[in-house]
Amino acid sequence: MLNNIYNIFFIPEIFLACSSFVCLLFGLFLKKNAFRQTSNLALFVLLLTILLVYYDSESNFANYKSLFSHSSFINFFKILALLGSIASIIISKDYFLGIKLKNFEIPVLFLFSTLGMLLMIASNNLMSMYLAIELQSLSLYVAAAIKRDSISSAESGVKYFILGALSSGILLYGFSLIYGFTGSMNFDDISFYLSKYDNLNLGLIFGLVFVMVGLAFKVSAVPFHMWTPDVYEGAPNSITGFFAIVPKIAAVALIYRFCLVPFENFYLEWSQIILFLSIASMFLGAVAAIAQSNIKRLLAYSSIGHIGYILIALVAANDDGIKAASIYMFSYMIMNVAIFAILLSLKVKNEYLINISDLKGLSKSNPIVSLSISIIMLSMAGIPPFIGFFGKFYVFIAAIEQELYVLSVLGVLASVISAFYYLRIIKIMYFDESKSEGIINFQISFQSKIILSLSLFVIICFIFYPSLLINISASLTI
Amino acid sequence: MIDWPLVSVIIFLPLIGALIILFIKEDELTSINIKWAALLATLGTFILSLILWLQFDYSNPSYQYEEKFRWFDDFNFFYHVGVDGISLFMILLSTFLTPLCILASWNNIKKRVKEYMLSFLFLETVMIGMFASIDILLFYIFFEAVLIPMYLIIGIWGGNRRIYASFKFFLYTLLGSVLMLIAIIVMYRNTSSMSIEFLQGNYFSYNTQLFLWLAFFASFAVKIPMWPFHTWLPDAHVEAPTAGSVILAGVLLKMGGYGFIRFSLGMLPEATDFFIPLIMTLSIVAIVYTSLVALAQTDIKKLIAYSSVAHMGIVTIGIFLVNQQGLEGAMMQMISHGLVSAALFLCVGVIYDRMHTREIEFYGGLVQRMPLYATVFMIFMLGSVGLPGTSGFIGEFLVIVGAFKFSSYVVIGAAFGIILSAVYMLYLYKRIIFGTITNNKLADILDINTREKIILIPLAIAVILLGIFPNLFLDPMRLSLELIITNYEIANAK
Repeated sequence: MLNNIYNIFFIPEIFLACSSFVCLLFGLFLKKNAFRQTSNLALFVLLLTILLVYYDSESNFANYKSLFSHSSFINFFKILALLGSIASIIISKDYFLGIKLKNFEIPVLFLFSTLGMLLMIASNNLMSMYLAIELQSLSLYVAAAIKRDSISSAESGVKYFILGALSSGILLYGFSLIYGFTGSMNFDDISFYLSKYDNLNLGLIFGLVFVMVGLAFKVSAVPFHMWTPDVYEGAPNSITGFFAIVPKIAAVALIYRFCLVPFENFYLEWSQIILFLSIASMFLGAVAAIAQSNIKRLLAYSSIGHIGYILIALVAANDDGIKAASIYMFSYMIMNVAIFAILLSLKVKNEYLINISDLKGLSKSNPIVSLSISIIMLSMAGIPPFIGFFGKFYVFIAAIEQELYVLSVLGVLASVISAFYYLRIIKIMYFDESKSEGIINFQISFQSKIILSLSLFVIICFIFYPSLLINISASLTI
Repeated sequence: MIDWPLVSVIIFLPLIGALIILFIKEDELTSINIKWAALLATLGTFILSLILWLQFDYSNPSYQYEEKFRWFDDFNFFYHVGVDGISLFMILLSTFLTPLCILASWNNIKKRVKEYMLSFLFLETVMIGMFASIDILLFYIFFEAVLIPMYLIIGIWGGNRRIYASFKFFLYTLLGSVLMLIAIIVMYRNTSSMSIEFLQGNYFSYNTQLFLWLAFFASFAVKIPMWPFHTWLPDAHVEAPTAGSVILAGVLLKMGGYGFIRFSLGMLPEATDFFIPLIMTLSIVAIVYTSLVALAQTDIKKLIAYSSVAHMGIVTIGIFLVNQQGLEGAMMQMISHGLVSAALFLCVGVIYDRMHTREIEFYGGLVQRMPLYATVFMIFMLGSVGLPGTSGFIGEFLVIVGAFKFSSYVVIGAAFGIILSAVYMLYLYKRIIFGTITNNKLADILDINTREKIILIPLAIAVILLGIFPNLFLDPMRLSLELIITNYEIANAK
């Protein structure tokens, strides 16, 4: 129980919320180097939050039971989101300084959005879930449009905002239907209420479908993915990195919890929707990425494809599925951190790299970087012995455990198609002859270098000691 | 017996060599160091793998030199490697050919020597690892990892259409192997085991077997390759650099045959029985059709590539006869083809290095200027045709003897293919080697030099050794093959 009033500050979310305000004030009153100092403070705060989440005992949550929940699954995804946040702040610091975008608000926005994600992951109530999603999204809308003088950044912010608001509206409508038909907002109560019935009535089915649509928008599953490539393309690279790495983690955790907690007995109803989203995402992600010439759009489609695989594990809806999702999400985060750490440090003729074809000749001018990119690409394509393979492997184990043979075969077929565009990047770096050498330079700060090497180390060496992650993810309960 | 982890050392020695090379700085002067390091690592691996053969216990049909460590805590996945009679020679073939490949690329690889040698050493590790795995997941990881170095080898150091060929190679084989992944997971789900040894005694229900068999077939039929899944092979062979073709023909194609023996025959005997007519039909079509296609080729490498498909047709016939002669013949044919086709590609490489063309029309009358070359080429050409006294004869002979027990139509098909192989090989030899030199550019072509002799003569010795003392090779594999046949017969007698 909450005996001591001071204990309240040790609840990670409350700590993070208070510290975010401190960061905001800190940045406001700082005369020089506001951006750099605030970023460092934000990193420190996030690190402390990880510790708090790790040592967070359930008793701290007793007063909020109806709003938030507490489980190993939630903690795992919270830590994942925090790690992703830390990594993306570190790798983007130099980029922001490089493009002279030194608003100290950026790290604060990241903090608020991370706070929203932690609440999202933990939410156990439709209302807290909606508010958490909005807190997260509002920070991200602003972040996407933070480069005020750039048309593309503003465009991406507005696009993101309009579509996001639309999806939030749909989500809210779904919530109201569910509330209206069950009389409760709390996940456990809804689940208890529904356990009395064998099938959902029409109103609840509508509610479920609307919520699914809203959540599909948040995880950017096909056919609700249209915003992803545009927002990725328009936003500054480092913001794109944050978009690719962190919000996906929270959204995936949320969709898992929403399907498996209140509606766990109505597998048939929601699994059809997820099944379609999964297949469509895998194939569209794979096919549409082939034609891209912009690396950010390509990564957007690649993330859509990855979401498709994670949704396979959700369709499986068993313990292996949860395990697969956590392993896949971990590998997804690591691979994206690594690729963005490289992209944010590559400059072509003093401009940050955008076009894939500019990678030409990189293998001559910078063999180590091109080798790293190749490893990340092969890992994303799911080729062993890299970590991406194990993510896919566990997903298929979960699917076959549930006898979803057709879905698994479709999944591997999509992975073959997607291998094509990952290989194309390797082809551009290694196979294409380039006459203009030395226009690409790679400058990386010491901190990003550590992040990059760590994530590459995990990608390559995961195979030697997989049990560390797998034991953790096997013990997760939703 | 040996009490140190010999198999693991053999698997990872090339990788250690690769790590050392990674830290050698590459420039004009040091590229020779890189080559020597690669050569020493591969030679060391070859010598160690000879110990495998010398210490091999002929009376033991199951795995030897086993090493087993727990690898995943939650599933029954092990790092489990070992060697039996079937994998022994596949490993030897890999370790024997890789140093030759390094030597063959000594002078003609001029750009990115470091990456080239790294690719080859990594390739050797995964090839050996694949043949030595007793855990299916481990097998699969090595099986797919082969694609990475091979993709780079074809794509970076290949010919004009290398990009097309490398993508085709990668995606074709990936498509096959991901279906195998699904099959592997289904097997695991049914038995909770990933051990190849265990699964060979464990039978799945008939319907499951049929699906599993088709999934494995997709993977191995592309790899070996069988008609009509062979179209990646000519492209990959033609565009790959010489050493790439050597490894491709010498070892990578054998992964398909090895997989058929281990998985289709060993684990899915009843489904195999059901699908035998399909395999036989496809094999005979492959033999006749690709032999005819080979006749029409104007590019030497393409001709040999098509002949590979035909020879692999004999291998699949031999494997799916599932009797003593057939399986032994298939194994011998695989080893022999590994040596002979590798040697033929090396021979093509010799003249390609000098003239930079592989058009048959360009050559003619080489015997006038290159008598030694003509001699070794002849040995390999006859080995490919299957003349008694060479390695090719043993395999083809045994397969045909075995086929008589099965059906005489198969014998007719196989024999017809063998005759055709004599036609296209002899015709090729005549056009390239015999006659007088008509093309002025060939007037001062030089005979093979010492380096090329070092490469080709061991291969020639091996081809003849295999032809004269086949028991040297057949004895170690006999019991392991018998075990598979017995299992197969028990399962189908039920």
